[in-house]
Amino acid sequence: MATTNITIPNRSASGPEGKHAPARMKFYVDTKRCIECGGCEIACKNENNVPPGIARIRVVTVNEGQPGETNVAVPCMHCSNAPCISVCPVDALFNRADGIVHVNKETCIGCGYCLYACPFGAPQFPQGSPFGKRGVMDKCTYCAGGPEEAFSAVEQQLYGSNRIAEGKLPMCASVCSTKALVAGDAEEVANVVRYRAAARGSGNIWGAGTAYPSN
Amino acid sequence: MKLTRVIHSGGQNLDSAFTDSLQPSVSRRGFITAAGMGIGLAAMGPSLVREAKASGVAKDPRNLTQIKTICGNCAVGCGFIAEVENDTWVSIEPWFEHPINQGSLCSKGAAAREHVISEKRLKYPMKLEGGKWKRLSWDTAMGEISSKLQDIRKKHGPDSLMILGSAHHNNETAYALRKFAAFWGSNNIDHQARICHSTTVAGIANTWGYGAMTNSMNDIRNSKCVFIIGENVCTSHPIAMQHILTAKEENKAQIIVADPRFTQTSAFANKNLKFRSGTDVALIYGLVNVILKNGWEDKSMINDRTYGYSDLKEELKRYDLETVSDITGCPVADIEHAARLMAENRPGTLIWAMGGTQHANGTSNTRSYAALQLILGNMGKPGGGCNIFRGHDNVQGATDLGVLSNTLPGYYGLGVNSAYKHWSNVWGVEHDWTKSRFKNEKIMGKPGFTVARWYEGVLMDSKELGQDVNVHAAFFWGHSSNSLSQMDRVKKALDKVDLLVDIDPFVTTTSILPDRKDGVYILPAATVYEQAGSVTNSNRDIQWRNQVVKPVWESRKDLDIIIDLADRLGFGKEFKKNRKGPWKQLPEDITREWNLGMRTIGMTGQTVERMKRQQEWGHAFDLKTKIAEGGPCDGEQWGLPWPCWTEKHPGSHILYRTSIPVAKGGMGFRARWGTKAPDGRTLLAGNGSAPVASSINEGYAEMKNWKTDLTGKVFEDAIAKGLAPYGNGRARFHVWTFKDDPVPKHREPIHSPRPDLITDWVTYDDVKDHFRVPTLFKSLQKSDWVKKYPLILSSGRQVEFEGGGNSERNCQWLVELQPEMYAEIHPRLANDNRIRHGDWIWVESPEDTDSEPSRIKVKAKVTRRVSPDMIYLPFHWGGVFNGKDLSDKYPEGYVPYGMGESANTVMNYGYDRITQMQETKTGLCRIIKA
Repeated sequence: MATTNITIPNRSASGPEGKHAPARMKFYVDTKRCIECGGCEIACKNENNVPPGIARIRVVTVNEGQPGETNVAVPCMHCSNAPCISVCPVDALFNRADGIVHVNKETCIGCGYCLYACPFGAPQFPQGSPFGKRGVMDKCTYCAGGPEEAFSAVEQQLYGSNRIAEGKLPMCASVCSTKALVAGDAEEVANVVRYRAAARGSGNIWGAGTAYPSN
Repeated sequence: MKLTRVIHSGGQNLDSAFTDSLQPSVSRRGFITAAGMGIGLAAMGPSLVREAKASGVAKDPRNLTQIKTICGNCAVGCGFIAEVENDTWVSIEPWFEHPINQGSLCSKGAAAREHVISEKRLKYPMKLEGGKWKRLSWDTAMGEISSKLQDIRKKHGPDSLMILGSAHHNNETAYALRKFAAFWGSNNIDHQARICHSTTVAGIANTWGYGAMTNSMNDIRNSKCVFIIGENVCTSHPIAMQHILTAKEENKAQIIVADPRFTQTSAFANKNLKFRSGTDVALIYGLVNVILKNGWEDKSMINDRTYGYSDLKEELKRYDLETVSDITGCPVADIEHAARLMAENRPGTLIWAMGGTQHANGTSNTRSYAALQLILGNMGKPGGGCNIFRGHDNVQGATDLGVLSNTLPGYYGLGVNSAYKHWSNVWGVEHDWTKSRFKNEKIMGKPGFTVARWYEGVLMDSKELGQDVNVHAAFFWGHSSNSLSQMDRVKKALDKVDLLVDIDPFVTTTSILPDRKDGVYILPAATVYEQAGSVTNSNRDIQWRNQVVKPVWESRKDLDIIIDLADRLGFGKEFKKNRKGPWKQLPEDITREWNLGMRTIGMTGQTVERMKRQQEWGHAFDLKTKIAEGGPCDGEQWGLPWPCWTEKHPGSHILYRTSIPVAKGGMGFRARWGTKAPDGRTLLAGNGSAPVASSINEGYAEMKNWKTDLTGKVFEDAIAKGLAPYGNGRARFHVWTFKDDPVPKHREPIHSPRPDLITDWVTYDDVKDHFRVPTLFKSLQKSDWVKKYPLILSSGRQVEFEGGGNSERNCQWLVELQPEMYAEIHPRLANDNRIRHGDWIWVESPEDTDSEPSRIKVKAKVTRRVSPDMIYLPFHWGGVFNGKDLSDKYPEGYVPYGMGESANTVMNYGYDRITQMQETKTGLCRIIKA
């Protein structure tokens, strides 16, 4: 299926398996590719049985109908130094070793401080079951379930599926129409970005124009 | 605060298939898990997540069966893997190795499971009795329907039945339904292709032989220029954007979008051409004139492989750039710039869809697009061609298999002693028996009603019709009534027809729209995922779709319903067999039956066994060439795209390509109209223009008996000599059988916003008997429509829905994303009319043939997508009519999640001169604040 002659060499003969540093899971949205098809949103609902009214990921369109129209899929970005974790008064939020930010729904009191802190609008506050006991916070789990035994009924009910435990990537990125939404180990995500930069002849990271104005 | 909890995999390597699909160049095997992405636009890569130690990865404890299947929404033909536990569909996994979509799905595809599990699925047959919906057993329902049909047949003859078939039926079901109509004895059968791409089929089949997309989605990766006109890819065919964006990024391809709106796709264009709806021919001729003026045309293509160039040049004289700019509203500089981009970036492809086809001069539009590609020399080349995006998942297949009132399967036409004879031979019935089913031979050879205007067969006096009886029974078999324009008239017919049968997985607008108390039957059909069969995507790839689960509730497979009905109507014995004997294995024996008969387009080499084998070998196929390298499919093209002449032929990925031999999928243009035109000029290709390795290196006529020889010997002999069975002819700019427009002309829409142009660019004369109904053109083209109705009215798609939306509006997730019907209105127009975002407005259209104007009540969506002179409506909605919510007419519990006014209620009168395609893109309207 090779389609191109651009490659990013694996310098170790054993390829990615040979790496030993711990993974750091990240999302990346290629805004030159997101077409606002909603595939990620529905895939998330299908995979995690997310009830109506909850959007663990949402596509946002900037400048609709005008030159410069741009789409961005916005899930929880699983920040390394996550503001939600800092502000949670009951320590319901935490970073896993691989960087995934989880909420413990049995600790969460549904106060909504995390919503104030989050730069992406990720925290959601449902009304009813199956997530919403007392309207506690629900959000993107990176398809990694929650702090319960993997694949247990309680994990399934409170958090949804656990693809990470199975060695699979989040569903939204897996089915993205144009491979705009990329998920995985930060180093590998970086490789995807590098590849695309090489293929396009220029970088296109969201905000790059602000960081490095071309004048 | 930071209680850190690490589960098994602790985040290491996952999903190699996913990474692969992103980064195809990285080695892909040897990882524990399956899914992957690539890097390019391709997919994601093998190592997006670094691999956990094999022992560290947990296993989902459920006992899941994985079933590969094909999405049932649009015609891109994406694959996915359904996961099933105890005959319950529990999840979807990406099929990363599927060469077309590489695991990707849009919102519709990702919601595929909801079509099966939705609570709104029809649970049992019902009939309307005394104004109430009553549950029936299948046996009672089928018994009553068939006895009523027999009565109607006795009283009025076989032409009193109209069947509206479906582009969602798989090939075997579509074929069986067309056979059913023939055995019933009428040509009154049609399906969505009529109102989707009939003008494409008529236009380009008359240009170069076949009416289908010439290249493929994947082949767009080879393009250096992508010209998109009348198609919003992001919304209508989202996964095709994967290939378009690859071309843009990796080939630096120029993306040119011509559209009256600034669409989601316009946002990805290097160059946008905004032009007035319905002026496509003028715009294309403007581009052609720039190309010719600069000498950018491909002279050898024109000289050696086309016919009628001088006639085209004569017509082109009327289209100087100022005139074109005046007609289209597109600035001269933009036209010149776009033409230069196309000329300097070859090969270029041309993509169109319903923005081009759904016009009263749609056939001329599609012919003009084809002419542009011929002149640029883009035909028959990787990266070139006409990539015509079809609508529904199997609309290409249902078209090929002749679910149309003007042909039997394989475009054989309706010739009583040719087409019907050939197919009777395949069916294994006496030709005389087939003839005996029809009222007479004259009506047997005459095209029937179309879906676009079948209702006039109910409403008009039978003296005005092209048959001597009215329509008394209508079957909507996987077809939405809200897809038909002039819905006021449609409703009147639904009110009046004696017997109305609606066969669908969900309750559709057909059942609830009419005001009646009796005579409506609802039969629950299985969805595409509950029945197996082959499906043909837009680019002629034929893929086997596996059944995911058994039909849910009491629903039945469409094929089973057809067979049951044939049995009850007394021709089951003749129906359930072919010349090789009775059907034993279904649906496979039907595949074998059409393999036998579909000689004309080479749907002969796609055996069940080959299709099923390809499913397992997706990874072996190259993304750009679609050819398998090694393995049991070595050399085959994905989907065995037709023509795939024999069981050894690889399929023909790119039509009319002469740089490869016929044995590998090469061919010239089809010599379909003899060797000499009526004017004496040759129709055979010039010297040196045959496919390589040909024993005749110039034009040649079609082989004798190639369409009717069922042994396959004609094909084998031809291929052995390097010849295409259909000959090597010329593509036609000039089509003498199209008397009004031998060469495409710009004609103002019937409802033109520019009455000053009507005199010079007038529409057609009225036609008395057009698919058995009179069709109006000139008598409705009035210069004063625009005084009362000053705005252009156009319709199109939303990404979450498909066609009439009857399935998707019953899927909660999709309706959550797209909850209500609206009209797009520009801020200037809104402000001038004191309308604000979210206000209710009435959209009103001219009275046309009825005495009253039509109106719908919708919310205003204020957006700059549209220009201030137009209103744009999405066409998937139903359940509300003339401002009235019809919830109380649904059987209890079946009101869809999404209800809204149907755009087609206000779509103006207008039908293509050749095919009767409905005009839904250029009408007139006015708006009133509600």
